[in-house]
Amino acid sequence: MSAHGLSGPGLRLDRLPRRRRINHVMESLAWLAAAVAVAILGVVVWSIARKGSSELNLDLLTKPPIPFSLTNAPQGLSNAFAGTLVIVGLATAMALPVGILVAVYLNEFATPAIRTSVGLVLDVLAGVPAIVIGIFVFVLLVEGSGQSALKGAFALAILMLPFVARTTIEVLALVPNSLREASLGLGIPHWRTTLSIVLPRAVGGILTGTVLAVARVAGETAPLLFTSSLAGTQTSWNPTHALQTVPVAIFELSESADPKDHARAWAAGFILLLFILFAGLTARWLATRNARKVAGR
Amino acid sequence: MSAADVNAGPARRPFTGRRVRFGDVSLQVVAGAAALGATVLVGLIVWKLVDGSHLALSKFGLGFVTRVAWNPVIGHELYGAGSFIFGTVITSLFALLLAAPLAIGVALFLTELAPRTLRAPVTALVETLAAVPSVLLGLWGILVLGPALRTHVEPWLHSALGFIPLFGPPSTAGASIFTAIVVLAIMILPIVSSISRELFLGVPSELKEGALALGTTRWEMVRGVVFPYARGGVVAALILGLGRALGEAIAVTQVIGGGVFIHWSLFSGGDTLGSKIAESYQGASTNLQSSALIYLGLILLVLSLAANIAAQWIVRKVARKHGVTRGGHA
Repeated sequence: MSAHGLSGPGLRLDRLPRRRRINHVMESLAWLAAAVAVAILGVVVWSIARKGSSELNLDLLTKPPIPFSLTNAPQGLSNAFAGTLVIVGLATAMALPVGILVAVYLNEFATPAIRTSVGLVLDVLAGVPAIVIGIFVFVLLVEGSGQSALKGAFALAILMLPFVARTTIEVLALVPNSLREASLGLGIPHWRTTLSIVLPRAVGGILTGTVLAVARVAGETAPLLFTSSLAGTQTSWNPTHALQTVPVAIFELSESADPKDHARAWAAGFILLLFILFAGLTARWLATRNARKVAGR
Repeated sequence: MSAADVNAGPARRPFTGRRVRFGDVSLQVVAGAAALGATVLVGLIVWKLVDGSHLALSKFGLGFVTRVAWNPVIGHELYGAGSFIFGTVITSLFALLLAAPLAIGVALFLTELAPRTLRAPVTALVETLAAVPSVLLGLWGILVLGPALRTHVEPWLHSALGFIPLFGPPSTAGASIFTAIVVLAIMILPIVSSISRELFLGVPSELKEGALALGTTRWEMVRGVVFPYARGGVVAALILGLGRALGEAIAVTQVIGGGVFIHWSLFSGGDTLGSKIAESYQGASTNLQSSALIYLGLILLVLSLAANIAAQWIVRKVARKHGVTRGGHA
């Protein structure tokens, strides 16, 4: 390697053919890397879509699984879909208000020092592995008293919290200060300014962040293994019992030796992936629709 | 943290005379309690993991960290994290080695080389892969990737590079450390490449154009301007990817095969900290075993927090240097 970046002799014209050759090799390598990566990614996405869509049927959503079934009676994963709806719904209900309050405090009340240090805490919380969150909730709530969908939802809520708080902070920071000043100037108290002037302005962005957070935790398995996995096969909506969920069901079916179980795992996984991608697109649509509104133009 | 002395800048504070508004104080207290709660939560996680593992901590002490053993037979119980830490470090590092050049290549391709028509679809594909839940990637790993690696890639690597102990005899079941490495690499590739892409896009175009105007080739421009400018951020992205790989439990459990031994061949089974915990979810047979599992969780927490804090520290340092904050959280 004789090319020294931008310093001195690297740019010598008499070496130009050689420098061009190196450039050519490097550009080819980047093309190659992109081609390999795209090929791998394409194979993954394509094989999930192909296997999943070929196994799709309505029984999957409407019929419960039949344990130790030796017949070909149609079975599905209705219990898992119901459980995922309940647990993700409860987790959102727990994480959303707390996350918004954290963001309101940091953006509207806290001193810069507190803002930085709590921001660091949020980053640390976001970096805790999901399986560790599961173990934590197990030690805190499950050990001794048993699993339940509520405890599973609490574990997912811990994963959602830093995400919701972070995105809300970013949206609140976009609300123009002149709006706050105008409101305060009219004699409206700080708390009413925050609740009825600032937050309504940020609602669209908060919604976007929430949809993204839901998409992220809907596919989480690890926090639920120790908090809501030892569940029955009948479809239930009762959050005080352990409920089966789609990711945990896929995890269990993937370890089975029966190809029929694999088929259901692919189909359920495909539905899960479609939901996550759809949520991502919705969030993007909401974001572009709201970007102009928040800035007040 | 009393409500009165923690207050907004004077510009935002309404003139209230001497009256303290009840609404202001209560919103501040409620919101402050939420922020305090989030902070306490992190401490509570650490404390509960230490508390839950005290049985194993007091019986095995720090020797647990290096011991290679996992014997749950009552009366002969002996546990250690050695092989799991080895498995975690080996899988994560090799996954990073596989993913890093590809991810940076993709990012360079997308920012410097790709024709406009290719940019959007490739970016969308990378983002789609980032959205695939780990359990689904594990399902693909165990049913599609594992068998393919066992029949095609492992025998080939063994015959060509078998003199290196890493490439031992091919696995029998298709579930091996090697499969776990490939799955983890696929998992961190979109993270590292999308952060790197943003960093490369953030390089001021004056600098790039200036270099090209001096007569550099495109590669010399990338080496002389883009890489030095984005270096810190890319390192942080790599560490974030490493942290993600360290903490991944589900997909690894599905494809790694299991086993308590330190083995140099990548084609044998093994376990990571996360996978050992995850595969025991149906219950431990004794209190000591469940305490040892929580101890594994504690070690995993320490490892991944170290990786994350290192990444945050680098991001903050780089942000101060460039006066921008980008690529902070994955």
